[in-house]
Amino acid sequence: MVWLTGGGLVLATLMIAGLLLLVVFNGTLTFWPKKLTQITTHAGMKYLGEVSRSEAYQHDGKPAHRQLLRTANFDLFGDHFKWISRHDVARIDYPAEAWTVERQEWGLFVGFLKEVRIDGQPVSQTFAELHGPARQRFHQLKSMEKNEIGEVNRAIEELRLDLRRIELKRGKESPEYIRAVAETTKRETELQAEYAKLGAEVTRLRAEDARYTVVLAEVNGQTKEQKISEIVRAYPANHLNLLQQIGVYASRWWEFLTDEPREANTEGGVLPAIFGTVMMTLIMSLAVAPFGVVAALYLREYAKQGPLLSAVRIAVNNLAGVPSIVFGVFGLGFFCYVVGGGIDQMFFPEKLPTPTYGTGGIIWASLTLALLTVPVVIVATEEALAAVPGSMREGSYACGASKWQTIRRIVLPRAMPGVMTGLILAMARGAGEVAPLMITGVVKLAPELPVDGHAPFLHLSRSFMHLGFHIYDVGFQSPNSEAGKPMVYTTTLLLIGLIALLNLSAIYIRNRLKKRYVGAQF
Amino acid sequence: MTALLERPMKTATPTHAAPPLDAQTTETAPPVPPSLADEEMVLEVRDFCLWYGAKQALFDLSLKFPKGKVTALIGPSGCGKSTLIRSINRLNDLIDSVRYSGDMLLNGASIFGKTVDVIELRKRTGMVFQKTNPFPMSIYENVIYSLRIDGENRKSILDETVERSLQRAALWDEVKDRLNESALQMSGGQQQRLCIARAIAAEPEVLLMDEPCSALDPIATGKVEELIYQLRGLYSVIIVTHNMQQAARVSDYTAFFYLGQLIEYDATDKIFTNPGKKQTEDYVTGRFG
Ligand SMILES: Nc1ncnc2c1ncn2[C@@H]1O[C@H](COP(=O)(O)OP(=O)(O)O)[C@@H](O)[C@H]1O
Ligand SMILES: [Mg+2]
Repeated sequence: MVWLTGGGLVLATLMIAGLLLLVVFNGTLTFWPKKLTQITTHAGMKYLGEVSRSEAYQHDGKPAHRQLLRTANFDLFGDHFKWISRHDVARIDYPAEAWTVERQEWGLFVGFLKEVRIDGQPVSQTFAELHGPARQRFHQLKSMEKNEIGEVNRAIEELRLDLRRIELKRGKESPEYIRAVAETTKRETELQAEYAKLGAEVTRLRAEDARYTVVLAEVNGQTKEQKISEIVRAYPANHLNLLQQIGVYASRWWEFLTDEPREANTEGGVLPAIFGTVMMTLIMSLAVAPFGVVAALYLREYAKQGPLLSAVRIAVNNLAGVPSIVFGVFGLGFFCYVVGGGIDQMFFPEKLPTPTYGTGGIIWASLTLALLTVPVVIVATEEALAAVPGSMREGSYACGASKWQTIRRIVLPRAMPGVMTGLILAMARGAGEVAPLMITGVVKLAPELPVDGHAPFLHLSRSFMHLGFHIYDVGFQSPNSEAGKPMVYTTTLLLIGLIALLNLSAIYIRNRLKKRYVGAQF
Repeated sequence: MTALLERPMKTATPTHAAPPLDAQTTETAPPVPPSLADEEMVLEVRDFCLWYGAKQALFDLSLKFPKGKVTALIGPSGCGKSTLIRSINRLNDLIDSVRYSGDMLLNGASIFGKTVDVIELRKRTGMVFQKTNPFPMSIYENVIYSLRIDGENRKSILDETVERSLQRAALWDEVKDRLNESALQMSGGQQQRLCIARAIAAEPEVLLMDEPCSALDPIATGKVEELIYQLRGLYSVIIVTHNMQQAARVSDYTAFFYLGQLIEYDATDKIFTNPGKKQTEDYVTGRFG
C-alpha cells in the first residue's frame, strides 16, 4: 500500500515537474538568437534560415529524415517555412555575413544586407548608424498618431455625443439644440483644422522617414528595399559573440514584456495581455472577497442550521463543478446584455446603438470569474469562521458587545487569514481560466488598455487582452502558428510566473495577518 | 488525603493577614471573622432554576453576594457552578436550549426581567474565563474593548482607563512599553491578567471569574490569586474554583454546591474549619467520591 500510494505521488509529481520543465526550457530558449543555416540541395537550390525542428518520416517506403527550415521572407516567398529532406542536402554552410532582420511587418527576413540608401542613392553610412534615429522617428510617428491625433478624434467624438445628448433630452426643434448645433459646427471646424495641421506634420515625418532604406537580398539574390525605421532588430546571426547573443536575448525579453504585439500576436510584446490579466484578477478578487465573505457570514453566523442550509451548502460546493464556459454564457447573457444593456440605456443613450457597457468588457469578465470562484471563497471563509474559538466570542459578548460588533471586531479579523487562503485559491483558479473570458470581453488585440490618462482613467467597459487567451490565439488561431509556437511556451511561462507572483503576494499578506491575529503562544 | 485535609485549614487562617498588601486594602479587610449578615449585598439570586433542554442544572437557588468581597463557588465538577456564574451576565442565552425560572437582582435591578436589555446588563458585569481569551488585537485595544464598542474615542479617557486597569491587574509594569503589540504574543499568565484588566476596565458592578487559574502554571496562578486578593474592596468578585486551597486563600465567603443545589454558604473560614453540613465537610476535606 505504501508503494502504491507513494508511487502515485511520485508519478503525479514527475508529470507536473516534467510539464513545468518543458515550459521553462522552451520558454526560456525562445528568444535566444539562432544560427542561420544555408543548405544547398543536389538540385542546386539554396535555402537560408533557422532550423526550427527535424523529424523522421517515410520517403518511398524507406525511413528518412527532414528538417524544418524557417526561411522567413514571407513577402518574397509566400510562406515562412520549408521542409528539406536530408537526402536532398548537398552542402551545409553558415555564411558569416547572413543577417536576421526582424521587421515591423511581414515578419522575419533572413539574407544579406546589400546596401544602405538615402533617397534611393547608396551611401557610406552603416545600417547601425541610421537605425537608432530611424526607430526614434518611428516611435514619434506612432505616438503622434496615438496621442495627438487620437486626442483630436476623441474631442470630435465628444462633440458629437454632446450634441446627441441634447437632441435626446430636448428634441431636434428646441432652441438649445439649434444653439448647440451652431456651437458644435464652429468647434468642429477648429478641430478639423487642427487635425489637418497634425496630418500634415505626420505626412512630413513619413516622407522624411521613407528616405532611409536598406536593400536586403535573400540567399538566391532576389532583393527587397526596406525602410530602416520598420526594422525592429537586425543582427548577423552567425557572427555574434556571446555578449552580443545575450544582448539580443535580453532585448527580445524586454520587448516581450514591455511592448505591444505585432504580426498577429506572433511577435513583439504582450504588455497589454499582462496588464489585462493582472487587472482582471485584481478586479475579480475585489469582487469575490466581499461577496464570498458576506455569503459565508450569513451561512455560518446568521442562518438557522438545518437541512435547508445543508442543501444550500451542497449547492454552493457543486457550483464549483459547473463547466466554466457555462459561467461565460451566463455572464454574457446576464452581465453584458441585461446589466450592461440597462446601464447603456440609462447612462449612455447618446452612444447607442454602439454599446458601451452592453458588450464584453473587463468588468463583466471579472464579475463572471468572481461568480465562478465564489464557492471557493465561501467554503474557505466558512471554515475560517468555524475555527474562531468560541471562548473569544464569549469574551466579546461578556464585554457587552452585540453580535455584529463581535463579528466585526473579533470574528472577522481572526478569520481573515482563512479568507485570504480562499482568495488565493480563487485567484489561482481565476487567473488561469480562459473559456468564460472568450465570450465576456477578451479580444485578441485590444486597441486601448483599460487604464489610461483620459478621464475617468479607469475604463471598465473596455475589452482587454489576456495571457491565457493569447496562448490560444498565438498557438492555434494565427495564420502563422508555426512561428508562434515558441511564443506559446514563453507566454505560458509568463502566465505561470504571474500567477505565482500574485499568489506569493497574497500568501505574504496572509502570513502577516496570521502573525497579527492568530499567532499565539502559551 | 490527610494532607489535603490539613492544608486548607492551615492556609485558611492567614488568608486575611498574610499576603503582602498595600495599606489601603488591608484596612478594608475585616479584622474579625466576617458574617454575611453584616454585609451590604450587590447581587441577589431568587428561587433561580435553570434547565438545559429537559435536564435541570440548577435547583431553586436563593443566595446573596456581598459587595466589595470575594465569594468563592465550590463544588464537584458538573454541579452547576459555571452555569450559575454564566447566568449572572446571561451568557447562557447564547445556548438555544436553555430555559430558566426565578430571577436575580443586580444592585436591585432585575436581570431576567422581560424588559432587560441584555447588552446593557453585560456592560455592568465583567467576566474572566477559564480559557484565556485575549482578542486578536493589541494589548491597548484589548483593555478598552468595552469602551470602544460603546463608541468611546477620546484618547485621554482611553489612555487613563488602560493605565488604571493594567495597574490594578498588576500588569502595567510588564507591558507599558509594548501596549501596541499583539496581545496574543504574551505568556499565558499575562494573558489572563490582561483579561482581568479588560473585565474591570468598564468598572463592572460585579466581576465574575470562572476557574481563572485552572489553565495556568503555579507561578502564574500565584500572581493571579494575589491580584484577586487585592481586588477586594474595589470590586465585588464571584469566583468559581475547584481548587480548595485557592478558595481558602482568596475568598471571604464560600458557597458549596452539589448537584445543582446550594448546600452551604458562609464565611470561608467557617466553611473550611467548621462546616455545618456533613457533605461540605466531606468535600472540603477531600473525602468526597
Ligand atoms: N451547554 C450545555 N448543554 C447541556 N448541558 C449542559 C451544558 N453546559 C453544562 N451542562 C450540564 O449542566 C451541568 C452543570 O454544568 P456546569 O455548570 O458546567 O458545572 P461546573 O461548572 O460546576 O463543573 C452539568 O451536568 C453539565 O453536563
Ligand atoms: Mg465549570
